[in-house]
Amino acid sequence: MRSHALRRLAMTIPTLLVISAIIFALLEFAPGDPMAQLPSTIPPDVRAEMRAALGLGQPAPVRYGMWLWQMVVVEPGIALGIVADGDTPRILSWQTRGPVMTLIAQRLPQTMIVVGSAYIIGVIAAIGLGILSARRQGSAIDRASTGLAAMGYALPPFFTAAVLIYVFAIQLEWAPTIYDTTLSVTGWNSFAAQMRQMALPIAVLSLQTTAQITRYMRAAMLDTLGQEYILAARAKGLRERTILMVHALRNSMIPVLPVIALGAPQIFAGAIITESIFGVNGVGQLLITSLSAGDLPVVQTVTVLIAVAIVLANLASDLALPWLDPRLRDA
Amino acid sequence: MLRRRVPLFGIALLAGLAAFVLIGPLIWPVAPTQMDLLARNQGATWAHPLGTDQLGRDLMARLMVGGRVSLAVGLVAMLLAVSFGTAIGVAAGMSRRLDGPLMRLTDLFLALPLLPLLLIAAALFRAPLAVRFGPEAGLFALITIAIGGTAWMGTARILRGEVRALMQRDYIRAARTIGTRAPQMIWRHILPAIAAPLGVSAALGMASAILMESALSFLGFGFAPDMPSWGRLLYEGTPHLGAYPGRALWPGALITLAALGATSLGDALRDMADPRRA
Repeated sequence: MRSHALRRLAMTIPTLLVISAIIFALLEFAPGDPMAQLPSTIPPDVRAEMRAALGLGQPAPVRYGMWLWQMVVVEPGIALGIVADGDTPRILSWQTRGPVMTLIAQRLPQTMIVVGSAYIIGVIAAIGLGILSARRQGSAIDRASTGLAAMGYALPPFFTAAVLIYVFAIQLEWAPTIYDTTLSVTGWNSFAAQMRQMALPIAVLSLQTTAQITRYMRAAMLDTLGQEYILAARAKGLRERTILMVHALRNSMIPVLPVIALGAPQIFAGAIITESIFGVNGVGQLLITSLSAGDLPVVQTVTVLIAVAIVLANLASDLALPWLDPRLRDA
Repeated sequence: MLRRRVPLFGIALLAGLAAFVLIGPLIWPVAPTQMDLLARNQGATWAHPLGTDQLGRDLMARLMVGGRVSLAVGLVAMLLAVSFGTAIGVAAGMSRRLDGPLMRLTDLFLALPLLPLLLIAAALFRAPLAVRFGPEAGLFALITIAIGGTAWMGTARILRGEVRALMQRDYIRAARTIGTRAPQMIWRHILPAIAAPLGVSAALGMASAILMESALSFLGFGFAPDMPSWGRLLYEGTPHLGAYPGRALWPGALITLAALGATSLGDALRDMADPRRA
C-alpha cells in the first residue's frame, strides 16, 4: 500500500507540471495582444517598456519558468511569512496591478461558503437517500430518488437556477435574486438574510451533487445488502439500524468515496455557472470577468489552481481508499 | 427508474425535438431575425405564441433556429469525441505497447479543468477563427472541436476495458491465428462486439456535449447573438426573468429535454445490453 501511495504521489508532480504547461501554452498561442487597445501614437520604445512592465519582455519558456517559480516558491513563501512581501516580484493582475493571490484570497471565502456547503449538503443528502432507497427497494422514496438521479444528469444548473429564482425569488419573494456579498453577519437579522440569500445557490448546486451521487450510493448499498455477512448479521439478530449504518455503510462507501472525492473539484466548475447567475462574488466570477477583460495572469493562475484541486482530490481518494478497505492495504 | 426501460422514451424525445427544429420552421415560417419594434416584449399572443424579445423577434422562431445550433453542436461534438475515444480505447486495448502511454494521456485529460479551459479557448480563439472561416463556421468549428476534443476520455476508458476482455476470447485468438490483419480485425470482429458500450457512450456523450455548449453560451463565451443556440437564448433571457420569465424558461426547458432524451436513451441502451444491472 505504501509503495502504491508513493507511486501515486510521485505521479502528481509531473501531471501538474504538464497541465500547467498546457494551460500556459493555450494562453500563449492565443492570438491577441494585451496592448492592442492602446493608442497607436505611443512610441515603440515606450511600448516596449510597457510590455516589459506587463511581464511580456522575455520569451515564452522563460516566462513560464518565472511564473512557475513565483507560483511554487514565492507565493507559498509569502503566504507562510517566510518571504517578505515586496522583496520579490509576484504574479500581478493586469487589471488591478495587484498580486493575483490577493484577489483570489478575497474571492475564495464566498466560493467556499456557498459552493463548499452546497457540496457537503449534497453529499450527505445523497448518502442518506441512497441508504433509504436501497433499504426499501421499489418504495416511493426509492422511486423518487432514482427519478431524481435520472434527471440529475440532464438538469443543467443554469436551468434549475432560473426555475428556482422564478418560483422562490420572484413569485414567492422568499429569497433575493442576487447574492449580496457585502452583507456581513452581525446579528440575527443579518444572519437570517445571509441564510436566505444562500438558500437558492446552495439548492441549485446540492441538487446536482445529490442527483449524481445518489445513483452510485444506491447501487453500492444494494450490492452490499445482498452479501452474506449482512445475512449473518441479520441472523445474529442485530438491529436493522446497526446493520445499515455500521455494517453495510462502510463497505458501500468504498466505491462511492472516489466519486465524492473526484466530484469535489467540480464544485469550482459549478461555481463558475452558479456564481454568475446569482452574482456571488467568488472565484468563478473572478475567472469570468478576468477572461472577458483579457487579464491572462489571473485566468492562468485560477485555472491552474483548479487543476491542482482536481489532482489533489484524485490523490486524496487514492490514499483514503486503503483506510476504508483493508483488502487494498496489502496490495 | 422503471423496472424495464425501453429506449423508446429517449428516442421519442429526441425525435420530437429534431422535428421541432427541422420541420418546425416550415410550419411556423416567421423569420427569427425579423424585428417588429411595435410588438416588443410581448407575452403569448396568437401572432407570437411564446412572445417576443426586446427587439420584437418571435421567440418560437428563434427557439427553432437555436435548437438547430444546439443539437448540431451536440451531434458533431459527440461524433468527434466518440471517434477519438474509440480510436484510443481500441488501440490501448489491443496493443500492450500503446496501452501505458495512451492511458496516461487519458488520465492527464481527466485531470484537466475542462470548463475553464473551454472558456479560455472559446474566448481567445474566436476572433482569429472567425476571420479565417467566417463568423458562423469559425465559431461552430471552434466550439465543437473544443468540446469534442475534451470529452473522449470516458469512452476511451470503457472501450479499452471491453477490448482487453475481448482479446482473450477464443474467436479473436482464432482470427489472429489465421493471420487477420489489424484493420480487418477491428472492423469485423472488435467493433461489432463493442457496439453496445459504444452506443451508450455516444448517447451520454451527446447529452454532455449539449450541456457543455449551453454552459459556454450561457456564460457568454459561446455562440453570438445573430446565431443563437438555446444556451445563448437562456443567457439573453435570464436578466429579464422577473418581467418575461418565458424568455429564459423555454430555452432552458428545451436544453433539459434534449439532455434528458439523450441520457435516458443511453441508460436504456445500457440496460438492454446488460440486463443484470437493470
